[in-house]
Amino acid sequence: MAITLSGDHATPGPPLSARLTTPQVWGIVLLAPYILVFLAFVVYPVGYGLWLARHPASYVALWHDPIFARAAVNTLIFLLVGINIKMAIALFLSGFFAQQRTWIKWLSVLFILPWAVPSIPTILSVRFMFNPEWGVVNQLIFKFTGEDGPNWLNDPTVALSMAIGVHIWKSLPFWTLILMTGRLAISHDLYEAAEVDGASWWQKFRFITWPSMQTLYITCTLLSMIWTLGDFNSVYLLTGGGPADLTHVLATLGIRYLRLDQLSLAMASIVCALPFVLPLVYFMMKRLSR
Amino acid sequence: MKLPTLREIGTEAKLLLIGIPVFIWTMVPIYHMFLFAISPKEDAFSGKLWPTHPTLNNFNIVFHQQHYFLRDFWIQFLNSVVIALSAGALTLMIATAAAFSISRLRVPGGRWVMNLALFTYFIPAAFLAVPMYRTMGNYGLLNNHWSLILAMVTIASPYAIWVLKQASDKLPVELDEAATMDGATTLQLFRLVYVPLMMPSLVAIGTYAILLAWNEYLYAFLLLSKDTEITLPVALGNFLAADDSPWELLMTTGFIYALPPAAIYYAFKRYMVGGLTAGAVKS
Repeated sequence: MAITLSGDHATPGPPLSARLTTPQVWGIVLLAPYILVFLAFVVYPVGYGLWLARHPASYVALWHDPIFARAAVNTLIFLLVGINIKMAIALFLSGFFAQQRTWIKWLSVLFILPWAVPSIPTILSVRFMFNPEWGVVNQLIFKFTGEDGPNWLNDPTVALSMAIGVHIWKSLPFWTLILMTGRLAISHDLYEAAEVDGASWWQKFRFITWPSMQTLYITCTLLSMIWTLGDFNSVYLLTGGGPADLTHVLATLGIRYLRLDQLSLAMASIVCALPFVLPLVYFMMKRLSR
Repeated sequence: MKLPTLREIGTEAKLLLIGIPVFIWTMVPIYHMFLFAISPKEDAFSGKLWPTHPTLNNFNIVFHQQHYFLRDFWIQFLNSVVIALSAGALTLMIATAAAFSISRLRVPGGRWVMNLALFTYFIPAAFLAVPMYRTMGNYGLLNNHWSLILAMVTIASPYAIWVLKQASDKLPVELDEAATMDGATTLQLFRLVYVPLMMPSLVAIGTYAILLAWNEYLYAFLLLSKDTEITLPVALGNFLAADDSPWELLMTTGFIYALPPAAIYYAFKRYMVGGLTAGAVKS
């Protein structure tokens, strides 16, 4: 496979074995395991999936499925609102954690916890906190106001917002850390010079921090958007797509169709997202393979 | 000792005003889980912020599998360990070989393979889950640990290869040339020069793959279904099947499940932060 990829097999010449040096033969041998994995578990499934999604009827059925439309809108809200809030907070907190204080150093060790622990137990913990009858949130509301708290996860808007909140809780530390490395790379002299000139906090951010971080920030935002498309856990484990299938996103919708044995719909819903995903992926690849 | 000026106190107060909400936001779900784990059933459901009678009895129940939902706890724990370690080892072998081949041996077409791998890295994992499920069915691997191990290797390898290639591009070419001059074969070069020099990145990547496989829920629950075959996260999800789930036991099991990755993360933080975040986003 690697030989065909090299592109020089078309030129006629001496037999292949004579043209390849020993290190190159070893190179092909060492690359072979990954190529096998790639063919068996990426190329074949993707090809098979596209083949399953080939019927126009599937797309017509999707178009007429209100759950699909709702999931598409939810996904957009998740990405456009959720990710931008998350990245803005991460940018802000990266400045906070860049401060040289012992207690902030200790706090940053704890702050990483959501990212270091698996998401399933913590999402289930949040789910139970907001249980209308037994959860600690409504118990506290009852204790202080004497009234029953709302049935949090039973309202689609609240439930989706909470899924976004859980997503932010989980991945905020990671992005804060990334943005912090970007921030620490900025020369300290610039800030000292600005200090001497009497620049305000906002001016320092506007004219020093942001110009040197904007590329990193935008790359991170796009990357986070692509990955969040595949965030299955935050929605599935918190709301299960409910109430009444109103909080599905594309990642959980595919699995829902799969469970209903509507495989072609599952694949078609993913194919529908590709026109939006592939340009982003292409852009990111260009950026990272430079 | 110099007394702090008013301005310094003001700055400190502002920092605390950010720090305290961050602390609460971060710790509440984790503390809630911990609270359930040390509470007897009646305390857990009373909405108290600290149990009247803290107890380790829940851990006792989990470790002795004394509940319907927990009857296969140890075998599920073992499944998680075996799958995470196998996926980590396989990823490490495949990715190291590939990175060495692309970066050091400059195999023809290596750049192409790198780009294809990067492409896979950016495709959201949930999108690949449905076709992967069918593929594993076609291969006859469903309900077999290999299906999850191979799926995890597929997902972990692209990033692993990319990080390792970035790291090995930084090693000087003269090193390879000198070793070859001394008569080292390609394999000796790999074993005696390349692997030892790459150790920090290899530790980071091995840890990354192990954590990825240990934490995986979606693929695990699609590909494995028998009670004695599933991993811990799937078992945790199965608690939700009943309306009267024993939440204090669920949280205890979740707490036990969350400890190893947290410990590994903090133990290898040095490698993780250097090796992974630097590679994750190149500005």
